[in-house]
Amino acid sequence: MRRWLAGLAALICLGASTLRPGVALEALLANTPAPRLSDYHLFTDAAGRQPNAGLSPYGLNSPLFTDHAVKSRFVFLPPGKAAVYTKVGVLDFPVGAVLVKTFAYPADMRRPNEAVRSIETRLLIRKADGWVAQTYRWNDHQTDAVLKRAGGRAEVSFIDQTGQTRRIDYAIPNQNQCKECHQLDETVTPIGPKARNLNGVFAYGEGQENQLAHWVRKGLLSGAPPLHEVPRTARWDDVSAPLNDRARAYLDANCAHCHNPRAAASNSGLFLTLEENRSPALGFGKQPVAAGRGAGDLKVGIDPGHPERSILAYRMASTEPGVMMPELGRTVLDQEGLDLIRQWIGQMKRP
Amino acid sequence: MNRFALALIAAWALVSVAQAKVIAVNPGPDAQEAIQIALLDAKPGDMVQLAPGRYDLTDGLSLDINDVTVKGAGTEATVLSFKGQKGAGEGLLITSDRVTVRDLAVEDSRGDGIKSKGADEISFINLRVEWTGGPNEKNGAYGVYPVASTNVLIDRVTVKGASDAGIYVGQSKNIIVKNSRAEFNVAGIEIENSINADVFDNVATHNAGGILVFDLPNLPQMGGNSTRLFRNQTVDNDTPNFAPKGNIVASVPTGTGIMIMANRNIHVFDNTISGNQTAGVMVVSYNQPFTDKNYNPLPRDIVVRDNRIGKNGWDPKFDGGSMIAKQLGGSLPPVLWDGIVRFEGLPDVAQVRFSDGPVLNLNLPAPGQVDKAKPTIAKSVGDAKIAEPAAVVLPKRQADLAL
Repeated sequence: MRRWLAGLAALICLGASTLRPGVALEALLANTPAPRLSDYHLFTDAAGRQPNAGLSPYGLNSPLFTDHAVKSRFVFLPPGKAAVYTKVGVLDFPVGAVLVKTFAYPADMRRPNEAVRSIETRLLIRKADGWVAQTYRWNDHQTDAVLKRAGGRAEVSFIDQTGQTRRIDYAIPNQNQCKECHQLDETVTPIGPKARNLNGVFAYGEGQENQLAHWVRKGLLSGAPPLHEVPRTARWDDVSAPLNDRARAYLDANCAHCHNPRAAASNSGLFLTLEENRSPALGFGKQPVAAGRGAGDLKVGIDPGHPERSILAYRMASTEPGVMMPELGRTVLDQEGLDLIRQWIGQMKRP
Repeated sequence: MNRFALALIAAWALVSVAQAKVIAVNPGPDAQEAIQIALLDAKPGDMVQLAPGRYDLTDGLSLDINDVTVKGAGTEATVLSFKGQKGAGEGLLITSDRVTVRDLAVEDSRGDGIKSKGADEISFINLRVEWTGGPNEKNGAYGVYPVASTNVLIDRVTVKGASDAGIYVGQSKNIIVKNSRAEFNVAGIEIENSINADVFDNVATHNAGGILVFDLPNLPQMGGNSTRLFRNQTVDNDTPNFAPKGNIVASVPTGTGIMIMANRNIHVFDNTISGNQTAGVMVVSYNQPFTDKNYNPLPRDIVVRDNRIGKNGWDPKFDGGSMIAKQLGGSLPPVLWDGIVRFEGLPDVAQVRFSDGPVLNLNLPAPGQVDKAKPTIAKSVGDAKIAEPAAVVLPKRQADLAL
């Protein structure tokens, strides 16, 4: 009897450990991506809501707008490894780091935690020779997500904050499109987790804390200076922050991954990073080059005091391929973002 | 590198050639995914072969693998239709090196047709890019669009209906555009902010402007220079300019055979230039305000010689043009120059040799000041000895594609 019980207990323990394996680092670092998201054991539940050990949630002060999708982000670091602080650009992540981002829609945006449908989970995996981007599309039953290399579309509907039903023909990017945004020079790179964009408070299970302080405390980040020395990207939706900071943060998050001298839109000469300070490069008095009909009969990127004469706002206000900006990542308007940019241009002194 | 490493690379190269394969794609309801997967699965050396038929695409396609050929069965047989395109800024985007796209058609892309960005040895061969509804400002901007690319070959390409330029080469180096046809676009062929281009044996007709060579400010690559335009026919460019107004090509007057704006060392010879109501050849400065100190707005070292020039300039479509034509007895001479040789703050003095007279020199005091023109006409203008750039030579493997 005793022996039998002991045997059972051993079996249960074994069972528990088989049921709850750690993150599958080998699968993550393999040359060929796993066919299913569950193969990586990043989550402990089939629906991908409960992060496994080693994953930490994070947020960004100013994120990219993606058709109103609600994004949940996690960083995974292999045991004992930490990211290294960098003042400009993304943190220096160790091999084996994974950035996990799920794009989801609640049935009703006014109740964001109920009836949430995940559409895709994107992974950025730091391999020995660089970052690799993959995306996994969730099935209708929300029991697993499968590798989707060629991209695709997903029909989404939800009730927005005003009670209106919205329908979105959500675009899942193909693998090259992942790279189009996530590329600096010839190298794939994350976009969001820069020290300055992480430098804000996050609501952890154990309470609110500055994310960088939290990462340092948990051993996820090394080399960080005291918090007051870390630059901080404004929250684009924080009405108490200066308008210029909010607008520049918005442009940095939504445009500067391509509109950057080292990235996909380098040939445009329009550069919208927070670090840019040359006025023609930011669009002031800058004529369109290869915008085609994207210029919309307007003459300059930004005409101070005149959002209605500024190509920047015109392209943000379009949903037509060939006109709309960004080219990838949205199919509908970001009305609040557009309002912010119009307000920013509108209050500029006219020359 | 040591000998062993070299041997290893040679062996690897042999293996990869030996393993090169053809990935066949057929038309069908899942064409979007089928082509895109092929473009992702291809390995260096592979060919993605698109069977005859019509492929209805809903999103942009992209290729980011080196040494891949994308081949159709002909410009009427294999048609990639982007009429139902819902996203992306172009039909097909290429961001890798040593890629050839050939023997197919791209229709009705919502933005540009085929774009290459930052590509070395990019070849566009025997293609048709067309907006099938005819000229319309809602058409995409460029048909074939290599930008920031090096070693560009465009051979036997036809583009129709682009709302900017049919064949547009921007911020690139070492370029050949030949045996191609551009019609019913705003600009037929445009070489912009580029260095070393040979444009020859092409036909540009029924555009607003036939062939343009421009240099624009505030761009990563400026100082466009060394382009030869020869043995082209730029004739009957008579489609009213339908470009959206803010674009630089919107300033190209309807009925312009060849237009050179800013740029240096451009040689125009042995072309047939006729039926262009504004001008056969127009050489002008960039006339918009700019702050870029590294930019030179003047066309310098420009040669126009030995072209076959027919009737041009009978109804010029630029501001003040008809007034000047009236002063000159009803029409403009075939070669028109704004006459600006110096620009404040810049040391160069522009030299020209225009021997295909008569030549109209507007003698403008500064760029764009047509209202202050003091037009003079001469049999020829300038006799500067301006050395012609050497012929553009592409890497042999690429040059052989044109055979």
